Amino acid sequence: MSALQWVFLLIAATTLVAAIMVVVGPNLVHAAMWLILALAGVAVFFVLLDAGFLAVVQVAVYIGAIAILIIFAIMLTRHLTADTEPQVTRSWWLAALASMVLFGGLLTMLTQIPTLTVGAPPLPGNPENNVRDLGQALVSLDQYVLPFETASVLLLAALIGSIVIALPPKAARADEAES
Amino acid sequence: MGVVLTDPFGWIGQTLLELLTRLGLQVGAANLVINLLGAVVLGTICMTLGALITWVERKVVARFQDRLGPNRVGPFGLLQPIADGIKLLTKETVTPTGADTIVYNIAPVVMVMSVIGLWAVIPLAPRLIGSDINVGVLYIVSVGGIGTLSIMMAGWASNNKYALLGAFRTVAQLVSYEVPMVLALLIPTLLAGSMGMATIVEQQANVPYIVLAPIAALIFFISSMAEAGKAPFDLLEAESEIVAGYNIEYGGLKFGMFYVGEFLHGFTIAALTAVLFLGGWQGPLAESYPLLGLIYFLAKTSVVYFGVMWVRFSFPRLRIDQLNTFNWKFLTPLSLAVIVVTAVADKWAVQAGLSRVGVLLGANALLVLAIVWLIGAYARSARRRLERTGDKQAAGAHA
Amino acid sequence: MIPLSWYLVFAAALFCIGLYGALARRNSVAIIMGIELMLNAVNINLVAFWRYLSPAFIAGQAFAIIVFAVAASEAAVGLALIISIYRRRSTVVAEDIDMLRW
Repeated sequence: MSALQWVFLLIAATTLVAAIMVVVGPNLVHAAMWLILALAGVAVFFVLLDAGFLAVVQVAVYIGAIAILIIFAIMLTRHLTADTEPQVTRSWWLAALASMVLFGGLLTMLTQIPTLTVGAPPLPGNPENNVRDLGQALVSLDQYVLPFETASVLLLAALIGSIVIALPPKAARADEAES
Repeated sequence: MGVVLTDPFGWIGQTLLELLTRLGLQVGAANLVINLLGAVVLGTICMTLGALITWVERKVVARFQDRLGPNRVGPFGLLQPIADGIKLLTKETVTPTGADTIVYNIAPVVMVMSVIGLWAVIPLAPRLIGSDINVGVLYIVSVGGIGTLSIMMAGWASNNKYALLGAFRTVAQLVSYEVPMVLALLIPTLLAGSMGMATIVEQQANVPYIVLAPIAALIFFISSMAEAGKAPFDLLEAESEIVAGYNIEYGGLKFGMFYVGEFLHGFTIAALTAVLFLGGWQGPLAESYPLLGLIYFLAKTSVVYFGVMWVRFSFPRLRIDQLNTFNWKFLTPLSLAVIVVTAVADKWAVQAGLSRVGVLLGANALLVLAIVWLIGAYARSARRRLERTGDKQAAGAHA
Repeated sequence: MIPLSWYLVFAAALFCIGLYGALARRNSVAIIMGIELMLNAVNINLVAFWRYLSPAFIAGQAFAIIVFAVAASEAAVGLALIISIYRRRSTVVAEDIDMLRW
């Protein structure tokens, strides 16, 4: 077992334990903290996969924005008794069974396909130009400019939509304007 | 002796490598040990620098306010940070009842970690950089985002509604001011053609980017001061306002960590401005004598940090609605306009074969004139509306 | 040398854990956390396949970036909806939000 394999196993174990604590823990804010650890583990995996730009974007977008948004939402929607109520639905065993069956099926399938046991081929081209190639791919006309522009329209719609949805109702706004 | 002067850091690395391989380690493990040693040295220097910065700040604020500053503990008060440290160490750390102990204890650690992590990508001298990744600029953004998270953790774990409110508002301010900061960070990336910090510094060999993009430098300076929570943007942790905000319940060394972390963050943004816009270690003879490069870097950082302190002690605090208006109605559209203007002007200057400096300076000057005219037009229309209706609120006055 | 199957098995495990979280939890924000785990597993899959099977073809990373954008916008809108629902119903338990008018 080489050092890289030990690193992989360690990070994988950390991320999976953190993910299990996210879905099993009763305290939601603790679950959000574990989610941050899981997202950081995924960022380390991106580094192992030679996708450094994606690792940094993962930290900036997920941990720096989405995780904070989730923590805000948890804190704005708490009840005092929320932590003592049951945290799982009545048929949680069915969900556990379904996910374990799915995982078992995927595991058997993935370990049996021979092409998947390959090691990593060397990276073609200069890894220094990775960011430049990615940038050009996202805006050049014969590559992926259409999904890129669609994603930007989606982000604009999400921005405007979430502001409109989360505005206080009209009565509260009228009260605020008068006072 | 010659190689010590012309490449001191490489010489240090070589001697360490030889020493470690002679002790029996393999080359890979020896390199790992050298990297770890470098990280430890950088972290330690940053933390001691943080303590020194508090002394500098207190002396400078004293001179701005026409008094002397600490001068009792040691020559010129130089041992004052040590005295402060001893005082903070010996205070009783009281954890509030109902506080979430693990999160409460981790929050100051994460904050200091996010500040020291920024030093990993700052090029201190030619060929001396912690980690030369080719996405250094984005790394700065993401590690800055982790600091925001620590404030949320501190505010929530204190089990105190004023701490929580203060944390909410602080996070809102930090997240808002990230937008113009990221947009302003795109300008040196655009001008240098790469996101790697070492490349950005190398590309400033002839002309520093503050000449090519003064508005972007100003936007980055202002928004990163807001990110670091320094005055005039420190409404959220000022003691006379919301009772020190998110760090109410922190005492002793944990408060000391927040305190030093904040001062170090101020120094770090001065270092970042110096690297991205003033040319970092560039200067006469810096390429051949890297120690001179280090001295130039420290000198430029100190000048910018003096500017940070100057602004801090000269302006009154901004209110939260003034903060938000300033960010969303002024800084963000301005930074978007600067990006478009710089990109177009740079491309056109290269294609038309004109001098890059002249074209970009001219474009920035035109943008400044346009902004001044726009602000004047807005003020005129507000005044006309006020005269017409006598309604101060509708005319945009911030009473 | 890390074979591709290790990354895929890890991503499958993360996906199944997120699936359990999305199906079994009562609190809506916890469901969204499960969905984020699933999206991360998908991203790992994409980037692993890019790195191992077609590293010259930048589509894998471009697709992963689009997934980032979609995940961010979905989290923003979903959480805005949850906050709005909490204002009206004072509850975010997904089982209790089952009638459109009351």
